[in-house]
Amino acid sequence: MLELRNISWNVPGGKEVLKDINLIIPDGKLVVITGPNGSGKTTLAKIIAGIVEPTSGSIFLDGEDITGLNITERAKKGISFAFQQPVRFKGITVRDLLELSAGKELNQAELCDLLGKVGLCTRDYIDREVNAALSGGEIKRIEIATVLARGTSYSVFDEPEAGIDLWSFTGLIKVFEELKKKNHGTQVIISHQERIINIADEVVVIADGVVRNTGAKEKILPTLLASDKTVGGCPVEMRGAK
Amino acid sequence: MNETTKEILKTVADFDGEFKGAYNIRVNGACASRQSTEHIKIETKSDAPGLVVTIDADTIGETVYVPACVTEGGVDDLVYNDFYVGENADVTIVAGCGVHSDDAADAKHNGIHRFFLGKGSKVLYKEKHIGTGKGKGAKRINPVTDAYLENGAVLTMDTIQLSGVDTTDRKTTAKLAENAKIVVRERLLTDGEEYAKTDFDVILEGVNSGADIVSRSVAKGNSKQEYFSRIIGKAACTGHTECDAILAGNGKVYATPALYAENEDASLIHEAAIGKIAGEQLLKLRTLGLTEAEAEEKIIMGFLK
Ligand SMILES: Nc1ncnc2c1ncn2[C@@H]1O[C@H](COP(=O)(O)OP(=O)(O)OP(=O)(O)O)[C@@H](O)[C@H]1O
Ligand SMILES: [Mg+2]
Repeated sequence: MLELRNISWNVPGGKEVLKDINLIIPDGKLVVITGPNGSGKTTLAKIIAGIVEPTSGSIFLDGEDITGLNITERAKKGISFAFQQPVRFKGITVRDLLELSAGKELNQAELCDLLGKVGLCTRDYIDREVNAALSGGEIKRIEIATVLARGTSYSVFDEPEAGIDLWSFTGLIKVFEELKKKNHGTQVIISHQERIINIADEVVVIADGVVRNTGAKEKILPTLLASDKTVGGCPVEMRGAK
Repeated sequence: MNETTKEILKTVADFDGEFKGAYNIRVNGACASRQSTEHIKIETKSDAPGLVVTIDADTIGETVYVPACVTEGGVDDLVYNDFYVGENADVTIVAGCGVHSDDAADAKHNGIHRFFLGKGSKVLYKEKHIGTGKGKGAKRINPVTDAYLENGAVLTMDTIQLSGVDTTDRKTTAKLAENAKIVVRERLLTDGEEYAKTDFDVILEGVNSGADIVSRSVAKGNSKQEYFSRIIGKAACTGHTECDAILAGNGKVYATPALYAENEDASLIHEAAIGKIAGEQLLKLRTLGLTEAEAEEKIIMGFLK
């Protein structure tokens, strides 16, 4: 079980992005976090992975306070994180990255299995560098594959569907459903996609830095689709200001 | 052949007890053993220490090894090797060099290599340098490479120096006729108090000639590197020079790429990027369970692969 208690985060010297977030992510559940752009979803995911340190509050993993653990230590505890914007490396190949993720050498069958799950043909990609030459969708799939390769109990995916074409969507959904079945995996998926929200056991809506709403998708989805409050822009009082 | 020599040969020229094909092994300034083949002839140079290697026209797929080892301090080796590559030959030349010193005296190798590539010939030139030994004596390697490419010839230089050479001063020049191409892939890692200088001077004389020079380097510790690269375009040609360097610790890198376009159809590009390892790269690898030091090592090794 992953638990966030009273998590807050401020932009260094600036505005408060997350305000006293309390969340429980039960074992074996798939929780989808959604909410407007800039509402703090990625920040929250990075706080779970240890990349961003909360201004206050604490994080518990199976009852253990892991707030003080660094990124590596949390990874070793079984937390995996797929970046919204995957990182590119010069000279590191897809095989290298997957083997680093798995923590061991991978044979052809294992590589095929991992890349197949994210819809990539092993032969075409295995020796390619994870560099700027990969397309947006390709690198996104490889990023997801790194988390699959780790096979840990806790996975956080930040907008995994972004840039992935419609045809592959069904395959992607299958990946998440399988992960859930396997070793009772716990997943947090940040997404704006109705089709991903549809497979959630629980949906969490974050807006203006707080948990605006939480519950089963049947309850949350209609409120999301009906609301038109997410229209962006400046607050009314600022419009037309000199 | 002693163990030090064998170790060096294994590292710089993949020596596993024997070389298949033509070879000349140079140890401490003398020829330790040599073999020519039907198509590749190795002879002693008459006017200076060194070799004349003649590769017949149309020789395909053969490899010639000319590694040099300096296995003790106090040796200052100077060698002139000339390679004549016949028309349409397609060969690999392996010319690694290792310097070893276990005492207080310097061990030094200066290799001056000239390549004459005939029409349509292709050469892959592999050059790996290493310094070993625990002596206080400095390990120095100063290679000079001069290449002359005739119509349609292609020279690919694959050079690598990853450790133990206290100072290196590399000078590479090339002159290309029409349709000739030179491709350079240089990888360099310096640490401690090491110093490396690399200097390319390429003249694109012929129409449709091209140069692609890419140097990737990592400067760790207190080491210092200097990168100079000049491409001169005298015809309709394409040239690209790139210096991509990672700084770690107190490493210093000075990069000075230069382009001289002397023809309106010359298309020349230079790039130089120097900086620390991107923080995001370290973060990603740490989320996979690597420590910061392990992540840094993997990123550097991948970068220099
Ligand atoms: N290092 C930073 N410095 C300044 N502002 C930051 C920093 N990191 C995040 N922010 C701000 O915090 C807010 C939340 O960012 P975050 O990336 O968490 O949003 P998000 O909910 O993931 O948005 P999206 O749906 O667009 O991915 C944004 O307004 C962002 O600009
Ligand atoms: Mg985000």
